[in-house]
Amino acid sequence: MQAQARNTVYGGGFANPPVDSAHGFRAAMNAMARPGTIQRISGATPPDGISPAAGALLLTLCDPETGVYLTPDVDSDDLRGWLTFHTGAPVVAAEQADFALGSWAALMPLDRFRIGTPEYPDRSATLIVEMPELDAPNARLQGPGIKDSARLTLPDLEEFQHNAMLYPLGVDFFFTSGSQLAALPRSTKVTAGE
Amino acid sequence: MNTEISARDRKGWMSLLASADEARLSELWQGFGADPAFDWLRAPEAGGVMVRGRMGGSGAPFNLGEMTVTRCALVLADGTAGHGYVQGRSKAKAEIAAKIDALMQTSAAEDLRAAVLAPLAAEQAARKEARAAKAAATKVEFFTMVRGED
Amino acid sequence: MYVAVKGGEQAIDNAHAWLAEERRGDTSVAELSLAQIREQLALAVNRVMAEGSLYDPDLAALAIKQSRGDLIEAIFLIRAYRTTLPRFGYTQPVDTGAMACDRRISATFKDAPGGQVLGPTFDYTHRLLDFKLAADGEVPAAPEAEPRREPTPHITEFLQGEDIIEREPASDAEPGDLTREPMAFPAGRAVRLQSLTRGDEGFILGMAYSTQRGYARNHAFVGELRIGTVPVEMEIPELGFAIEIGEIELTECETVNQFKGSKTVPPQFTRGYGLVFGQSERKSIAMALVDRALRWEELGEDNVGAAAQDEEFVLSHADNIQATGFLEHIKLPHYVDFQSELELVRKLRREAAELAENLAAQEAAE
Repeated sequence: MQAQARNTVYGGGFANPPVDSAHGFRAAMNAMARPGTIQRISGATPPDGISPAAGALLLTLCDPETGVYLTPDVDSDDLRGWLTFHTGAPVVAAEQADFALGSWAALMPLDRFRIGTPEYPDRSATLIVEMPELDAPNARLQGPGIKDSARLTLPDLEEFQHNAMLYPLGVDFFFTSGSQLAALPRSTKVTAGE
Repeated sequence: MNTEISARDRKGWMSLLASADEARLSELWQGFGADPAFDWLRAPEAGGVMVRGRMGGSGAPFNLGEMTVTRCALVLADGTAGHGYVQGRSKAKAEIAAKIDALMQTSAAEDLRAAVLAPLAAEQAARKEARAAKAAATKVEFFTMVRGED
Repeated sequence: MYVAVKGGEQAIDNAHAWLAEERRGDTSVAELSLAQIREQLALAVNRVMAEGSLYDPDLAALAIKQSRGDLIEAIFLIRAYRTTLPRFGYTQPVDTGAMACDRRISATFKDAPGGQVLGPTFDYTHRLLDFKLAADGEVPAAPEAEPRREPTPHITEFLQGEDIIEREPASDAEPGDLTREPMAFPAGRAVRLQSLTRGDEGFILGMAYSTQRGYARNHAFVGELRIGTVPVEMEIPELGFAIEIGEIELTECETVNQFKGSKTVPPQFTRGYGLVFGQSERKSIAMALVDRALRWEELGEDNVGAAAQDEEFVLSHADNIQATGFLEHIKLPHYVDFQSELELVRKLRREAAELAENLAAQEAAE
């Protein structure tokens, strides 16, 4: 491996992993606990092709025991090497994934991801959806963690409505754009509306 | 930078460094004298790895228990990356191991091998030999007391 | 009625201070160093590593010092510490056939290739107290002989040649890990072995002894017992190849057990397996016996209702940290629980007394 490529893979991690990942976790937790809010998450410089927010989220959530699926539009040797060095997470098929990363179109179809079992609904995938932007709300959200209702930019409505109907099974979503982060747990009801 | 390093060679020195006695490694490293400038790619961190065995020694694997390991990665000024994975919880030992791993990929390799790796390997072999010799002295020699020929 | 109370902080602080002082003991006696514990109480260190499920002799020595020699307390400290360690990964299965053996004996084959190597054993000592140890003494160097350079083969390999012992099916199936997923029954042999190797030595010994005394009798011979060091290899994902990440001492026991055969399997010998961190001979033999007893179902044997055949019973009670946690918690304040019990018993007594009074009054009236 050439030094340049090597440093793309080995560089760009958290400067201070305990502190940066604690901040990252706080952002992820707040995003998931209060669907519709936009959090900032930073500290990572991933290889070209994914957002800094998605990179920081991967560093925060992944370890050797979490399988990660990369959709073809984000998958690259650099990203695989970077993920491996910084988290040890194995790259796996969509059907085995604990986490999946990619654009909305590339993540389809959703029914290939694990939705948990009635005994263990938590044995399901969490999808990290790379978004062009998060500042054009098109959906109204209601449910746990939301007082009255909230708004969020979503790439689709029907898929999320279907996922919510599977509750307590289903997948959960993070949305990343630049250094912005939002989330949509399976417990949230989604309707159209700005 | 020498890119003709075989995985086998590298495995050899990394393995030797992993189980080296920390005090002795540190002494030999200081004797070598060079302390190259570097940047951390991954600062030293202590962790655990799950050790596996096999049922009946040869069958399906099972998890036996964890052991402590400390790892780090660094890059020298010329861009050579070095990795340290060592047994135990010593960050200083992991750092020395990573520096040696990096320098072994440079023109310093032969000097470093003579100053640090060769003595470490010889001492490790001597320790093993001494234990094996003590074990051999406890091997039972059976004497036949009565032999029923007819 | 629920009454929350607080208090005792000062008492707790003072108790901890006194504990520290008592741990140190008489200060005119030299303090123990961790190196002294590691080197001179090595078998206690081994037990703490095995049941704490973390191979690190220095940490185990620290835990023994801190716990004043209470090994279960030391194991507790190690278990608590290991939960703070990030898991870097899983090693390749260790190759015990390549072990550098300090000790290697067989109770079944006198002339096993590699021989009977006794090693530093308590066997054949007379179990008489050695009062010379009460004084400091120089120990003469142990004798040496020409060392064996080739690896020592497993004894069961010879029986396998004759096909007279069951084969361990080769497999790289991903084993369950009870430190990651809650135990569910049936647990399967991989999780059983993990549970047994970190289980309480006294409990495993008792279970094993029960099988020898006739509860799920399966007549075991120690086919082979070996103690020594093996290198531990792990694939380093960022390098793309495996390196040795260290070396550990292990004790391995393989038992050879009689087996009458079943509908599908001809009479042959079966196997029990024990593998334990450190020099832990008693534990590994006991583990092999219990492993064999728990295999009744897969071997088509009868369940005779013995405790050592009951997977859920054995695995649920083998862990001394779970056991002592639940046991010892009943000494902590249960004032409110007990208050309600007290009121219930008083009420029942009152009712019983009223009933007796009423009966007496009725009898008197009649």
